[in-house]
Amino acid sequence: MKKFVNNILAASMIATSIASAGPASAQTDMDAIMMNKKQFCQGLVYDYSSWDHYWEGTFKRDNENLGTVSSQMLMYMPNYGITNNLNVMASVPYAWTKASQGVLHGMKGFQDLSVFVKWRPLVKSFGKNQFSLFTIGGFTTPLSDYVIEFLPMSIGLGSTNLIGRGMIDYRRGNFTATGSAAYIWRSNVTLDKDAYYDTELHLTDEVQMPNQTLYQLRTGYRGKYLIAEALLTNMITHGGYDITKNNGQLYPNLRMNSTMVGANIKYTVKSYTNLSVVAGANYTIAGRNVGQSRAFNVGAFYVFYVGKKAKS
Amino acid sequence: MIACNKSIEGRTDNLSFLSPSNVDANAGSWKLILLSRPDSFLVAPPVATNTPGYIGELNEVKGLQQNLTSDQINNIKYWAAGAVLRWNETMRELVAKHNLAPYQNEDGTYPAPNSANPFNYPQFPFSNPCYAARAYAYVAAAQYDALVACWYYKALYNRPAPYKTDSMINANAKYIAKTDLPSYPSEDAVLAGVTAEMMKLFFPTEIAFVEQKAVDEKSGSLASGKNTRSDWTAGESLGRQIATVFAARGRTDKAGGAGGNPTIWAQMEQDCIAKGEVPWISQEVPKRPPQLPLFGKVKAFLFDSATLANEIRPGPPPSTSSQQFKDETAEVRYYTENVTRERMKIIDFWADGVATATPPGHWNDIAAQDFLGQNFSEVRWARNMALLNMAMMDAAISCWDAKYAYFNPRPSQVDPEIKTLTGLPNFPSYISGHSTFSAAAATILGHLIPSRATAYSSMAQEAEMSRLYAGIHYRSDIEVGYTVGQKVGNYAVQRATSDGAE
Repeated sequence: MKKFVNNILAASMIATSIASAGPASAQTDMDAIMMNKKQFCQGLVYDYSSWDHYWEGTFKRDNENLGTVSSQMLMYMPNYGITNNLNVMASVPYAWTKASQGVLHGMKGFQDLSVFVKWRPLVKSFGKNQFSLFTIGGFTTPLSDYVIEFLPMSIGLGSTNLIGRGMIDYRRGNFTATGSAAYIWRSNVTLDKDAYYDTELHLTDEVQMPNQTLYQLRTGYRGKYLIAEALLTNMITHGGYDITKNNGQLYPNLRMNSTMVGANIKYTVKSYTNLSVVAGANYTIAGRNVGQSRAFNVGAFYVFYVGKKAKS
Repeated sequence: MIACNKSIEGRTDNLSFLSPSNVDANAGSWKLILLSRPDSFLVAPPVATNTPGYIGELNEVKGLQQNLTSDQINNIKYWAAGAVLRWNETMRELVAKHNLAPYQNEDGTYPAPNSANPFNYPQFPFSNPCYAARAYAYVAAAQYDALVACWYYKALYNRPAPYKTDSMINANAKYIAKTDLPSYPSEDAVLAGVTAEMMKLFFPTEIAFVEQKAVDEKSGSLASGKNTRSDWTAGESLGRQIATVFAARGRTDKAGGAGGNPTIWAQMEQDCIAKGEVPWISQEVPKRPPQLPLFGKVKAFLFDSATLANEIRPGPPPSTSSQQFKDETAEVRYYTENVTRERMKIIDFWADGVATATPPGHWNDIAAQDFLGQNFSEVRWARNMALLNMAMMDAAISCWDAKYAYFNPRPSQVDPEIKTLTGLPNFPSYISGHSTFSAAAATILGHLIPSRATAYSSMAQEAEMSRLYAGIHYRSDIEVGYTVGQKVGNYAVQRATSDGAE
């Protein structure tokens, strides 16, 4: 039961970008925890993220015509253990945004479906030290035709992404450390406008989306009922453009970079281990063309075996 | 949907060369805009094609045609699609780049761009819709007069193009249309010269960029086999001289003072209150001064100030205390509370807000897409663009005249529950700029390409409705704006029917 799902970095990453939509990641695609064979887990996570400062290129500012921009998200997250070493997981988020000041209208809708397959090909022990290797592959794609050119009120960036991630996990007793690196290939997106200017005039509705890399270190305590980890996350966009001074018309191909610190806690209810609750927080400490978000999330997951419990 | 190659292609990236169905050989007699005569500026007669000097020029062209690189060929093709088109696209790019409102000072005031010190933040200009409309109009009008003069001299001197004179040049002139149009002075050069010179007034921080484009155009024009060096030199000089006439008008057309001052802003507000109406208030924080409140005083191209006051300025908007006003405000709120994806598409498509080419730029794009299918000569391209852009500049003047005569508040000011679905423009509501621009554009374009007239008016109607859907205009703003725009457009139609080109 301790091999449970608790990663909700997904939700907090949403807050990374000024669009309130970063590289979406499903539950557990960034952690080293696996479901057992035939275990099915599903949960609901609520995420609230907000910022009142953002980086216009590298210039950090606030904006009294926006006040605090918040995005909220409710996600349904299923996860299934095909084998002990092969899991498949998804997430379906509904998102809505709001600015506390100014006249801009909030947006809402189903954001991006994500589906990931997580494979653990190798577990090696050296005395008390255990190393595990993971590869994770997946995609995200918009669930609705939401508006992408009304940033920062838009709920997402609209691209379909292919994500490949490598991850290594170290464990000694209840101490763990996990490092991962992901490459995110992003499809081009289509605007409602048929011409736009970023650093030049484009006479098309198509926007070329730069790819991204995402690195994460996480470390902490992983016990039978309690998991508590600290997170350091870095997102880099390879290309894209900087917001020019006082420019309110933003497009999804911004050079969005961010570094975040955060923490995750998951607690499995001792008397009823099918149920666990999660909570997390993330704070952006550095960025470029993103909001300096603070994100909080809470959620609950319920796990059960489909058919008979597999022998392990 | 998912393709590995992510490079994107603009709709005018790979055009075939402009191949006019009629070279408009008599365009030297078309009605000028500011020049009094096509030969106001002298162009010296060219040397004969059998002189050693000219034969040397042909040899230069032959040399340039040897071993062209793919970049050089692409440059030739780029300009061969139409120099009026390419300079128009360049204008739109510069407008979009500079269409950014200044960031506030520490004390909550706003700095203003200063043409005397254009590189200081905020850079000059802030190419908002009025500024842009005026810049497009001046450049297009100057290009038109310059090309009429060019055509006058072409007919007068009748020197054939290099590809007509020399068979080797002809064989290597693969990327351009070959016509019977005389090449002296070069129309490409006239356009480069007149446009580059106009930039000194309108986009002073971009002079180096624009002059480089003029150099590229020259390289392409010579290497294409279309022009010799003396064709170019004579044309560029003519273009630059004609630009000075337009620049001189531009410096005295009252646009320089259109920003007004705090006394004038306060007076406009007081005048509105004195009439018993709720005055417009900036909803930006910090409060931003109204955008170009005296732009209505700018000298129009198509009519005089008496015509503006007596025939174009609309009657007042519904009183802010009237039932009609309340009903119209409720209608705006309905649209912002009942957002549909279909309406969002329309809002976004016509938004044309900050960092875009503005509504006039959008209509230039629409016009250019249609002109491409018409096989116009360069001089007809210029004439049609001048008509379109003079109409839109005069639409801006008429619209801003009404906005500041009535100083009417935006829907989101009178009903704070109204949240907008596009950026809220920082000027009074009545009448809608989008509606005025679009109706003026649709009217003159419908005259120029009658088969598209219905399409243009439905586009204009969609553009005006986009502002109601977005929560930033009342129905009266757009309906009256549309009527005013049509009136302005009809002045352009009047000119079109009497300029000798139809």
